[in-house]
Amino acid sequence: MNFEVWQVAWFTAWVAAAGTLLILPPGVALAWLLARKDWRGKTLVEALVTLPLVVPPVATGLVLLKLLGRRGLLGGWFERVFGIEIVFTWRAVVIAAAVMSFPLLVRTARLALEGVNPRYEQVARTLGAGPWRTFCTITLPLAARGLAAGAVLAFARALGEFGATIMVAGFIPGRTATLSLSIYHLVLLGRDDAAWVLLALSVMLAFGAVWLGEVLLRKKPS
Amino acid sequence: MNHLRRFSAVLAAAVSIVPARLAAGEVTVFAAASLSDAIREVSATFEKTTGDTVRLNLGASSILARQIQEGAPADLFFSADEAKMDGLAQAGLIDASTRRSLLSNSLVVVVAADRGLTLASVHDLATPAVGRIALAETQTVPAGIYARQYLEQAGLWDAVVAKIVPTENVRAALAAVESGNVDAGIVYKTDALISRKVRVVWEVPRGEGPHISYPVAVVSGGGNRDGAKRFLAFLLTPTGRAVFVRYGFIVEP
Repeated sequence: MNFEVWQVAWFTAWVAAAGTLLILPPGVALAWLLARKDWRGKTLVEALVTLPLVVPPVATGLVLLKLLGRRGLLGGWFERVFGIEIVFTWRAVVIAAAVMSFPLLVRTARLALEGVNPRYEQVARTLGAGPWRTFCTITLPLAARGLAAGAVLAFARALGEFGATIMVAGFIPGRTATLSLSIYHLVLLGRDDAAWVLLALSVMLAFGAVWLGEVLLRKKPS
Repeated sequence: MNHLRRFSAVLAAAVSIVPARLAAGEVTVFAAASLSDAIREVSATFEKTTGDTVRLNLGASSILARQIQEGAPADLFFSADEAKMDGLAQAGLIDASTRRSLLSNSLVVVVAADRGLTLASVHDLATPAVGRIALAETQTVPAGIYARQYLEQAGLWDAVVAKIVPTENVRAALAAVESGNVDAGIVYKTDALISRKVRVVWEVPRGEGPHISYPVAVVSGGGNRDGAKRFLAFLLTPTGRAVFVRYGFIVEP
């Protein structure tokens, strides 16, 4: 089995990016709801969203496998309607990364949105702007740094995803091999030297992402 | 500072108790995943007979061997191929005088029991009807290595390699077939016998395919070598052998 180090790194990066982009709209929307609105089941929603963060990743992976597998609710339907398989393909890797990063994005985005003084939004509304326009022109720009930080943290989490990924996508060289899965596999093969190279790459990628996240989260000097 | 000293004393006492309990008649057995059910039954019988406690660590022989190399506290190693045992022997980690090749097995191709898929011959694995094939990882896990050797021998490897979904051990490959997420899998005959959710569609004839051998040996660095020797001896008794025969293993004389 040939390990193209750069191919694996590139695959990991774009899968993490794709996963992050996938959860960005629903994540920010949910964060906005949690930041601005109150409703009876709110605590339940908060707890559910946090679950992938605290539940063992393999447990989340198992749930995903049951859902997305050929006999699963979503997977079976998807295969019947589109003829596309999800498990054991790159799609499962993206979904696993997305699900595991979702709580981080929502939590960070919520904090960012809560940091926007609602008075500005109210003023915009009294001046005649609709809710969508208010969101795009007032809320979003003011929360931009925090939201970007959330996206970067979600990306960093997605880069290192292992437990859920190995359950739904397995380790198939050339098709689902991410950095973390490859490191695990190389260690099993006894090729620690190659594993160290991938480890160094993972650390560098994650370090860069987390650094950027911290910079974005730091308050701007006013 | 008083709490810290008291806490340290309690911690030291707790830590000193633990090793003592581990040494008392507890045998740690690292065994291949395919042996799971058989060895659990043998261990239960052994425990009743001798009063020892058996702790099992089950998994791919490659992972187990790796753990032993890194100093894991195994007393006995029961591998699914000779290569993993050879590796440990070369590193001086096993007691070579205790090594015995105890069991053999055969390979089968299985499909999910509720699917109508049949194979006229093993070459049907290369047809489009079979989309994905689950094997234990083919470079390191014995079941995967045996399966690969067989496919290479049959001239099928190149045709099916793109369909292969590698799994961590042979029981994971079995589970993949049971779940319906792959079309077929190559596992041991003894694994297929355990499961009611899969159906055997091809059995590698005796004499064809790689020779499957399960060696067992006492680990040199283990904490309970006497217990390990007792357990190994028990495996060789007619009672012990009978358990393996019942699960479908071929017991070497």
